[in-house]
Amino acid sequence: MGMPQGAIEIENLSKEYPYGFLHLKKKKSLEDLTLRVEDGEVFGFLGPNGAGKSTTIKLLMRLIFPTAGTARILGKSIDDVSMHGSIGYLPEQPYFYDYLTAHEVLDYFARFHGLTANDRRARVAAMLKKVGLDTAKKIQLRKYSKGMLQRVGLAQAILHDPQVVVLDEPMSGLDPLGRREVRDIILELKREGRTVLFSTHVLSDAEMLCDRVGVIVGGKLRGIGAPGELVDMKAQGMEILFELSGAAGNLPLLAKAARTGERYRVQLPETELYAALDALKAAGARILSVAQIKPTLEEYFMHLVEADRAQASAVEVSGK
Amino acid sequence: MAAVLLAGFVCVWKLQERVDAERTTLQLGNDELSLRSPAVMKKLSLEYAPLLGAIYWTRAVQYFGGKHQAHDQNLDQLWPLLDIATTLDPNLLVAYRFGAMFLSDAPPRGAGQPDHAVELLQRGMKANPVYWRFYQDLGNVYYFDKKDYLKASQAFEAGSKLPNTPPFMKIMAAKIAGEGESLETSFALWLDIYRTSTNQDMRKNAEDHLRLVKMEMDLRAINQIADVYEQKTKQRAKRISDLAQAGLLAGQPQDPDGFPYVLGEQGKAEPNPKSPLREEWLKEKKQRSNELLK
Amino acid sequence: MRNIQTVAANTFREAVRDRVLYNLVFFALLMMGAAILVGQISIGIEQDVIVSLGLTAISVIGIFIAIFLGVALVSKEMDKRTLYALLAKPVKRREFLLGKFFGLVMTLTVNTAAMAAGLYIALWTVKHPLLKSDAYILVAVYLILLKLALIVALALLFSCFTTPFLAILFTAGMYVAGLFAADLRTVHGVDIDPGALRLMRGISYLLPNFQNFDVMGAVVHGRGVPSVIVWQATLYAILYITIVLTGAAVVFSRRNLK
Repeated sequence: MGMPQGAIEIENLSKEYPYGFLHLKKKKSLEDLTLRVEDGEVFGFLGPNGAGKSTTIKLLMRLIFPTAGTARILGKSIDDVSMHGSIGYLPEQPYFYDYLTAHEVLDYFARFHGLTANDRRARVAAMLKKVGLDTAKKIQLRKYSKGMLQRVGLAQAILHDPQVVVLDEPMSGLDPLGRREVRDIILELKREGRTVLFSTHVLSDAEMLCDRVGVIVGGKLRGIGAPGELVDMKAQGMEILFELSGAAGNLPLLAKAARTGERYRVQLPETELYAALDALKAAGARILSVAQIKPTLEEYFMHLVEADRAQASAVEVSGK
Repeated sequence: MAAVLLAGFVCVWKLQERVDAERTTLQLGNDELSLRSPAVMKKLSLEYAPLLGAIYWTRAVQYFGGKHQAHDQNLDQLWPLLDIATTLDPNLLVAYRFGAMFLSDAPPRGAGQPDHAVELLQRGMKANPVYWRFYQDLGNVYYFDKKDYLKASQAFEAGSKLPNTPPFMKIMAAKIAGEGESLETSFALWLDIYRTSTNQDMRKNAEDHLRLVKMEMDLRAINQIADVYEQKTKQRAKRISDLAQAGLLAGQPQDPDGFPYVLGEQGKAEPNPKSPLREEWLKEKKQRSNELLK
Repeated sequence: MRNIQTVAANTFREAVRDRVLYNLVFFALLMMGAAILVGQISIGIEQDVIVSLGLTAISVIGIFIAIFLGVALVSKEMDKRTLYALLAKPVKRREFLLGKFFGLVMTLTVNTAAMAAGLYIALWTVKHPLLKSDAYILVAVYLILLKLALIVALALLFSCFTTPFLAILFTAGMYVAGLFAADLRTVHGVDIDPGALRLMRGISYLLPNFQNFDVMGAVVHGRGVPSVIVWQATLYAILYITIVLTGAAVVFSRRNLK
């Protein structure tokens, strides 16, 4: 043994849902997930909708039960409800009792943490200030905007000073200002030494905040590592945008290029870049730009999703 | 966990038995009916009146059966239940017939309310004018329980005029008009009910009455033989065997329950002391002597 | 224990802020007023009528609240996902369930007390002063409350594993079945198969025997209710509710939330 414990350790976690008539068919929403979130790290779950990010988080929070596998948070099994005192959770699209005010909701949740009355008062007040709801604290939640509800959600997640914070799509539905505020809070949590796990489908958020990122598509973990690495791994070469007028001769390059009027766009592997540039210069072309082809996260996902579907239909065809 | 639930339910069961015991001994007597007005019930039941009528009819039967099982003579909810059932569904023929029998029959067999029985039957006749059996039932009520032989005969007569009535009705009308009460008539009346009833309670009741009437007829026959014996030997017979020895009686006549008849004081025939029919017979006798004294 | 209290207090608060509740109670008080009018018509038994109508109103409205709110308690939380944040706290699922139960029972107690007060006022306007014998009405009200608590427990149980609509149906069905449980025991018929009779008897004991809580027959006519009946009914309610809530806790603890 001897290895230090991760804040969150997941081992072979799987979840199947029965569906269809008589619940005979099974859908695998999470398959054999194994990963580890280190203490003090900000970890991002990336993936398209329905990939299994929410499922994983719900499994961790014991809202649903795994079909196989185990997980531990701060060294304790996820079945240990008392461990919940050290973790904070923000659900996806949170909704709270709309007949209560923000103050009352936070006070209500705070009571489950065994704080003294004074402590509770102090913390609730501090949280309301921290998420900027101090002025709105006496208004019933039914009158709150989505952004405000998200902030209430964040407040209840961290008000008991948890060591690990789990956020399910914390930026969804927020305007850019709201998103920035959430990002700031996450960074502050990191500065305070807490471990943060959050899910998102927006790459830029992950890039800005995460130490590491795990990509989940179709219920399986496809890749894990620092955000930059992940996408770089899939860099597909270079792209040259250029203008060429007049007779260019038979540049073999042109055959591969896409043309609009006098503008051409051609893609080629990095190794051929300089030879191509020389050829173009010699032909009198005007180079407009040279860029690395970075697939967007969307394309990356699409690629994985397509691969998944192809595999699934191959299985069907083969009659299994 | 399953064990806990099982244990829990066992406790519940035991407790329930105790609760039932407490509640019956203290006769919290919850009304069978929270709404007593048939007219209101009819309004409330909209188009489901016949269904509700059937439900009330069922409840009446269950009520009756429950009271009998508990040997409880108090049948005061029978009339209200039947009243509502027949108001909701005036075509529930069996309810009228059942009601006629058990409302008029004296306790412990029935409620002892012949007037209600008459009222019920008259309603039945209004709603079902060609059903001759109501006239038969009406005749029975007047004959057996109200002892009004004139009205009884008239009922049978009226019924006999309806289409498809068997000659039985006319015969009964004549017999009752002529003789008033007689054992043969009683026997014939109950026999017809016994043969033609589809309702089990009614059939059983008819059977009970038949046993009694048969017994009365047997006793009358034995008494006649005893009178002959007295004529012959100038003495009253002391035992049934005396009559047999004198060649007037073959064997030992038994009542419908199988107990041999005996001769009581004054040499009159009586049911065997061991026979369950004796109690009934004594009651009848007492009732008769009460009426004579009036 | 503390968690149960917290959830219960919040449930009570939620019910108090729900306007529907006030409408129902208002309706009940209206019925008391109607009872006074009806009483004027039935000479000589105004009191009986008022008590009878009043207790019926309390019972019927209480049952409505118990069934509909009882089902909504859990269903709404699961539907609206308010449950998610809550269960992420150090709270056991069964503590949540028990808290909901006690919160609603508290609500029902307050409502029933309010309606009972209305009943007493109606009674007082018709025949003042109130006699000591009128205290028996409270016994009937108490037993009604026991009945309502049992219905709430059943509603909670059903809403833990079916849709709200079905939960309402099952709870109402159980209530109706339970009303006739005693009749099932005394089914009379010469032709019925003895095996079926035994089965019916068995079922009649297992169903919640709601007639145990019914003392209207006595109270309406001013007769007293022996304390044995009250103790037994209380014990029965506690026993049965414990069974039902245990079942609900087991089901809910294993349930995958949507």
